[in-house]
Amino acid sequence: MKYLMFVCVDEALVTPESTKDMPRDTSAWVEEMDGRGVRLQGNRLQELSTATTVRVRGGEVVLADGPFAETKELIAGFDIIDCADLDEAIEVAGKHPVARIGSIEVRPFWED
Amino acid sequence: MAAAFRDEWGRIVAALIGRTGDWDLSEECAQEAFAEALRRWPSDGVPDRPGAWLTTVAKNRAIDRLRRERRGAELLEQAASTGGEVETMEEPDVDESGIEDDRLRLIFTCCHPALPLEGRVALTLRTLAGLTTAEIARAFLVPEPTMAKRLVRAKGKIAGARIPYRVPPAHLLPERTGGVLAVLYLLFNEGYAASGGPELIRAQLCDEAIRLARALSTLMPDEPEAAGLLALMLFHHSRRRARSDAAGDLVTLEDQDRTRWDRAEIDEAHARLDAALRHGQAGPYQLQAAIAACHTDAADVADTDWAQIASLYELLAEVVPSPVVALNRAVAIAMARELDDGLEVIDELEASGELAGYHLLHAARADLLRRLGRDDDAAVAYRRALELAGSDAERRFLSRRLAEVGGSL
Repeated sequence: MKYLMFVCVDEALVTPESTKDMPRDTSAWVEEMDGRGVRLQGNRLQELSTATTVRVRGGEVVLADGPFAETKELIAGFDIIDCADLDEAIEVAGKHPVARIGSIEVRPFWED
Repeated sequence: MAAAFRDEWGRIVAALIGRTGDWDLSEECAQEAFAEALRRWPSDGVPDRPGAWLTTVAKNRAIDRLRRERRGAELLEQAASTGGEVETMEEPDVDESGIEDDRLRLIFTCCHPALPLEGRVALTLRTLAGLTTAEIARAFLVPEPTMAKRLVRAKGKIAGARIPYRVPPAHLLPERTGGVLAVLYLLFNEGYAASGGPELIRAQLCDEAIRLARALSTLMPDEPEAAGLLALMLFHHSRRRARSDAAGDLVTLEDQDRTRWDRAEIDEAHARLDAALRHGQAGPYQLQAAIAACHTDAADVADTDWAQIASLYELLAEVVPSPVVALNRAVAIAMARELDDGLEVIDELEASGELAGYHLLHAARADLLRRLGRDDDAAVAYRRALELAGSDAERRFLSRRLAEVGGSL
């Protein structure tokens, strides 16, 4: 089953110390999951300040600067993983280094 | 038949879930197998191995259903591959968990941490213990439709997110322990104060819950809440013989013949609780056991250390803020100090509406009013409690009290 991982960072937990090893650890995670054939694709996203939210209201396209929801945790990246079941998806997400400074939401695809 | 249900229900449902991954189908096919047994055993006689018989019938029903619904050939193959023998229905990856007890292993398997705590506890009670949705709803103090919705939601997540039914490895057991403790606690409660039906105590449920709590304590010697829960069950269980009279009617703590309490069980409960408390992590089960110990240690109601009980309930309320704990604290306050103080707290609770449908709130209120000599008010509260009480024995008790204060139905 395919799951989307929303990789979120909690800004309150971001310190030079907590993020020091992130690039290296993230690369290692990608390498492991690609090697296992679990990770189909994924990417890191640019800063929140680059986001634009698009809505259509009354037939008009309405734009807003910024993300669709202001939360303490921001989506910093995503991965699409293909796992046997939720237990494997939890194991994969639990190994992602950003889980230590944020949270990872794991959602199954509507159509597998 | 009752024995077969008790012994085999959970095992059969679990085996079918393990093979098909479909919880509803598994439960329905197990039900059909028991219905078939009810039809045939009285005339054909009970088979030599009732469990194997039931398993085979349930498995065949599942295969029929899958075939009729033209579900995946893979599922069918899995369901059919099991053979009719109970032994081969065992989960293959048993050894990883280190749990020796079959039933306890199934409970750990069912309590998946990706489900909300209440959902996983309710689902386990329904699926493995065979409690009805109504009984589980009463245990959680919610209306039956609410509980039915929770069960549907939990099963929906299992199917939607593909949560596997798999025995967890030993290192993943601790994250499931809270759910398992709650399952055993509610199982015991349902046995000790049956929420419906003719019997006040369902002895087999109590025995099974104690047996499982014992197995859990052995499995997790460093989890003080496991020992705390076992102690709590033993303290209550030690009073079972004094808790109802010859007619099966409820005898309150105040009127119980304390010489009929089971001293051996009380001694074991104390030993278990003392050992648990030495860990210095007093959780809700240890606190409730400590409260039960206060009752058990007293020679009579007047001798009971109600002040100590009230402060233990206060600690408990900090760990688990719940209106039921608040209610019990109010009763302890009433008994320790002034009846009026306790009544005031109960009235506040009632005004909050949180326990509106809880018969024990009205029964406790009625009891305090009776002690205060306010018979007419007490009669109103007894009537309200009577409307809400589930078991016949409780209703008979409340009717007797109602008559004592000069009221009638």
